[in-house]
Amino acid sequence: MSDHVYLSLEALTLAYGDTVAVDGLDLSIAEGELITLLGPSGCGKTTTMRAVAGLLKPSSGRIMLDGRDVTRLGANKRQVGLVFQSYALFPHLSVYENVAFGLKLKGERGRDLEGHVMEGLKTVGLTQFASRKPAELSGGQQQRVSLARSMVMHPKVLLLDEPLSNLDARLRLEMRTELQRVQRETGVTMIFVTHDQGEALALADRIVLMKGGAVEQIGTPEDLYNRPKSAFVADFVGFENVFAVEDGKLRTADGAVPVSGTVPAGAAALAWRPAMVALGSGPHHGSVRGVSFAGGTREYLLDSSLGPIKAEADAALPVHDLGTTLAFDLPAERAAPLQRYA
Amino acid sequence: MKARLPSYAVLTLLVLFLVGPFFVIVAASFSAGSTLAFPPQGFSFKWVEKVFTVESFQASFALSMFLAIVATFAALVLGVPVSYALSRYRLPLAETVRTIVSSPIIVPGIVVGLALLRYLVVPFGMDITLSLFLAHTALVLPYAVRVVSASLENLRSDIEEAAVLLGSSRIGAFFRVVLPNIRGGILAAFILGFVTSFNQVPVSLFLTGPGVRTLPIDMLGYMERTYDPSVAALSALLAFMSIGIVFIAERFIGFSRYV
Repeated sequence: MSDHVYLSLEALTLAYGDTVAVDGLDLSIAEGELITLLGPSGCGKTTTMRAVAGLLKPSSGRIMLDGRDVTRLGANKRQVGLVFQSYALFPHLSVYENVAFGLKLKGERGRDLEGHVMEGLKTVGLTQFASRKPAELSGGQQQRVSLARSMVMHPKVLLLDEPLSNLDARLRLEMRTELQRVQRETGVTMIFVTHDQGEALALADRIVLMKGGAVEQIGTPEDLYNRPKSAFVADFVGFENVFAVEDGKLRTADGAVPVSGTVPAGAAALAWRPAMVALGSGPHHGSVRGVSFAGGTREYLLDSSLGPIKAEADAALPVHDLGTTLAFDLPAERAAPLQRYA
Repeated sequence: MKARLPSYAVLTLLVLFLVGPFFVIVAASFSAGSTLAFPPQGFSFKWVEKVFTVESFQASFALSMFLAIVATFAALVLGVPVSYALSRYRLPLAETVRTIVSSPIIVPGIVVGLALLRYLVVPFGMDITLSLFLAHTALVLPYAVRVVSASLENLRSDIEEAAVLLGSSRIGAFFRVVLPNIRGGILAAFILGFVTSFNQVPVSLFLTGPGVRTLPIDMLGYMERTYDPSVAALSALLAFMSIGIVFIAERFIGFSRYV
């Protein structure tokens, strides 16, 4: 991975009629980096990816790739690969012909072509399936053909549109490992689009968390997971109890409530994961509205004067029945301080 | 089982109603008598043989074949791009286009025939074969658009984007990945269009003139002059031809999936 900017989006805006899908997005990506565009549906991540691919025309802004302005360059000339969520294999062509498709368009023939196609299939472990039709393969195998079909073209950037979401849980892990291996071996710059924070955290060098067509926070997985900047990011990475801070107190449904401990300077809000809530003692009380068993822990939903609180307790401890009133505390020293509440 | 009895009875009647006339025609064509009659009198192949000796049948068969093939081909050349545009793009007048394209099957054939005669053939002295070709193209177009559209709806559009990202132009992507995947639908549309054109009566009735007749019109005329079983024999032969085509189509492309 080198530090100079390889792909940059500058004030990228895409609008359809009155709807602005992407709003002045700025993003710089280094060569060989694995970037995840993360966010809920409608946040503009797919639109951004499609603009990079050249499938959508930006309303304004610029896309620079490998030192060249590609904003107006056709999708067929950008040398950008895309692995589709639904694989988008050509159903009438064999696995071999699918992988050969782009190479043939480049004018490759004969032994060169065959060598490159078989090498591509070997990378994804599908050489013995070369003569099959896509319909005769499992979802995971189809996804690997799709990956090979893009990778044999040596794309400058490989885009992946929710590539794991149609696979079952076991295959998902396998495919994720495979993607990481391909990226490591080829050093290709990857942009991975997903709404699954687990995938993003596991794969990415850097995560771009998007909301409403703009970047909410960019950072390493650890940055986002431990140091969210806004309530939106905090909620997205599992800080389910977020309160705005006003004059050193928490703003709650019940008015301003003092916090145990000192609020860090400059914090606009404080956020606690369910595991960070101290259950069993403290100044606050809540009655149990819901309990769910989550393996090693039990998750409680409490109705409290602060509003609904999600807390977690060791599953080895005896369960608290619905309606039981529990004491709890939100200690400031455990909380993540946020720069922005909204 | 008891409750199913009435439905089986209805089904049997329905099948008889649909297939019965076909058996009557086939039986009548092997008659040894000299008039069209059922039950047939005796058994002979003479009427089947006679079909191949009537000269006007040969000429009209050739015209009908030519019309059915050329008109259906033209309807597909127009219909495939129309279907593609309707299924892939959000067009402002999509519904209007759909209605206009399907109007020839909604408007009665007699009206279409009369209109073409009154406004094309009579005022401009248009060639009869040309007017028949235009009329049949218009009549087949709705079937072409409907069947091809159905195949396009079942084809994911992201494969075209995949082709473009692999270096193909938009038009290249259409020919490389769309067309090969809808060829079954196109073939089905061709067969349906061919049969529709070949069996067309009302429109052709208005547009045929001296010396230019399609086969069904010629058969009507023949029956008015000569009431012998050769018309039944010809009908049976044509029916077998249609069955043969559909059977082969079912075998190779699964025709019934498309219509």
